[in-house]
Amino acid sequence: MRRYVLRRLLAFAATLVVVSVLIFVVIRVLPGDPALIIMGTEASPEAAARLREAMGLDRPLAVQYWDWIRGALQGDLGRSIQYDVPVGGLILSRLRVTLPLTLLAALFMTAAALPLGMYAATHHRGLGDYLAIVASQLGIAIPSFWAGLLLILLFAVHLAWIQAGGFAGWEQGLWPGVRSLLLPALALGLIQAAILTRTTRSAVLEVLRAEHVRTARAKGLTERVVTWKHVFRNALIPVVTIVGLQLGQLMAGSIVLENVFYLPGLGRLALGAIGARDLPVVQGVVLFVATTIVTLNFAVDLLYGVLDPRIRYE
Amino acid sequence: MTGLVITAAIVLVAALSLVYTPRDPLQMNIAGRLEAPSAGHPLGTDQYGRDLLSRVMRGAAASLVVGGVAVGIGMGVGVILGMAGGYFGGWLDEALMRLMDAVYGFPAVLSALLVTAAFGPGIVISMVAVGVAYIPIFARLTRGSFLSLREQEFVLAARALGARDWAIIGRHILPNTLSPLIVQATISFPIAILAEAALSYLGLGTQPPHPSWGLMLKDAQSFLALSPWYAIFPGTAIALAVLGFNLLGDGLRDILDPRAS
Repeated sequence: MRRYVLRRLLAFAATLVVVSVLIFVVIRVLPGDPALIIMGTEASPEAAARLREAMGLDRPLAVQYWDWIRGALQGDLGRSIQYDVPVGGLILSRLRVTLPLTLLAALFMTAAALPLGMYAATHHRGLGDYLAIVASQLGIAIPSFWAGLLLILLFAVHLAWIQAGGFAGWEQGLWPGVRSLLLPALALGLIQAAILTRTTRSAVLEVLRAEHVRTARAKGLTERVVTWKHVFRNALIPVVTIVGLQLGQLMAGSIVLENVFYLPGLGRLALGAIGARDLPVVQGVVLFVATTIVTLNFAVDLLYGVLDPRIRYE
Repeated sequence: MTGLVITAAIVLVAALSLVYTPRDPLQMNIAGRLEAPSAGHPLGTDQYGRDLLSRVMRGAAASLVVGGVAVGIGMGVGVILGMAGGYFGGWLDEALMRLMDAVYGFPAVLSALLVTAAFGPGIVISMVAVGVAYIPIFARLTRGSFLSLREQEFVLAARALGARDWAIIGRHILPNTLSPLIVQATISFPIAILAEAALSYLGLGTQPPHPSWGLMLKDAQSFLALSPWYAIFPGTAIALAVLGFNLLGDGLRDILDPRAS
């Protein structure tokens, strides 16, 4: 196990380095002059030169990369051009929206998908199974931002139950904040719930056909014990993997949903930064989200080794 | 079968829209803004009085092209990298897999944000951003097949006969990896359509005045209370296209790769 963890850890570190190099190359190397991107091509050469010097763009690329990554490791992602505050603090403050949104969507996703997938598999080829398949087929086909629009149309425009969009903040307590995240989280979780339902269903079906399940039944265990003790636990391995990968997808998806519901999270921050040519903010947000996703994948790898001993001996 | 019918219908509509639409999809008519569906405009009109049916039709073409090019980029680059890693192994494989792990950290939305910040928004950017997100998937799939095929006896025999690496790859290994690749491409295509719609909704893809389903939904959002059908039709078009290609992919997988189902 220790060898497995060590190997994964090394691969993880290497992957993070590649992530940071990719971002650095796209932002600083490919398009030419970041100073002109920020100031526009009509900027005077003197002003552009001053900005270049202030951003350290006149130094060798390797030095620039090293400075950037050394700062990032200490939580210093540079200063926002638009807001003139540290990018790290900006990301942390917007995370107060993006993180709860992602987690709430994940909660909706698992709460809907695990029972549904489990039910479909244990009632294989029955009516419930068929309905679950149709529901997940439809869920996968509906783009999350359209689901968001439809929810706004239903709950805000027609029923007028809630306000469409905006974020109440956490200052007045938990509920007002959570309430403004309910619809976006629902829309965000829908497509991933559909995917997870299918995964759960086929994982459970796979285990149901296994020899040890037949043995368990043959020795006279009740169907309940067989299902929960022998099937569910084994089916969890692929399910946990997918859920881990989906958390990353949900976080990326929140970028879209925040813009549907006007939520002041990371996604709106990044999109606004593009409009304002605020490169340090874009760079910081992308680095943060990509690192989070890669870290989640790494965690899934480790968890996989814990859950399935066969993996770590390969 | 259902999948094939829906897919064929959408492809036909997209092809037709290039030569014929009921009205000019770019023709504005300020007097007829946000009209409800009628005989003259079966799906109504948008905020500039443009015919929504014509725009939804032309949007199909945009979606299919972006989806196709994106999957093409992901598959082309992914297969080459996966072949190289799976066949030659060693440090090259290790380096390529780390690169793929890293690229996997950039879902389409994220790489679109990054690339748009550097180059400005546009349809090419969105194709590349969506395509890049697929590279790791195709690379891992190809690599996996190559790793298992590399040690098979017919490959060892070809090598013993003195065949060159590229001949072994091209003539003996690659043809055996095609079915899963085709299945993966069909599965990826509808997801690419979803990604393209999301990107153009965010303003990172197709630019106005060109019709795109995602962009139409972005415009429709401002008029949700006034004209809900404006948000219904383009969204239905996306869902229908994705559903059709998904069903087609499932069917194709059952035919080409019976073990997977």
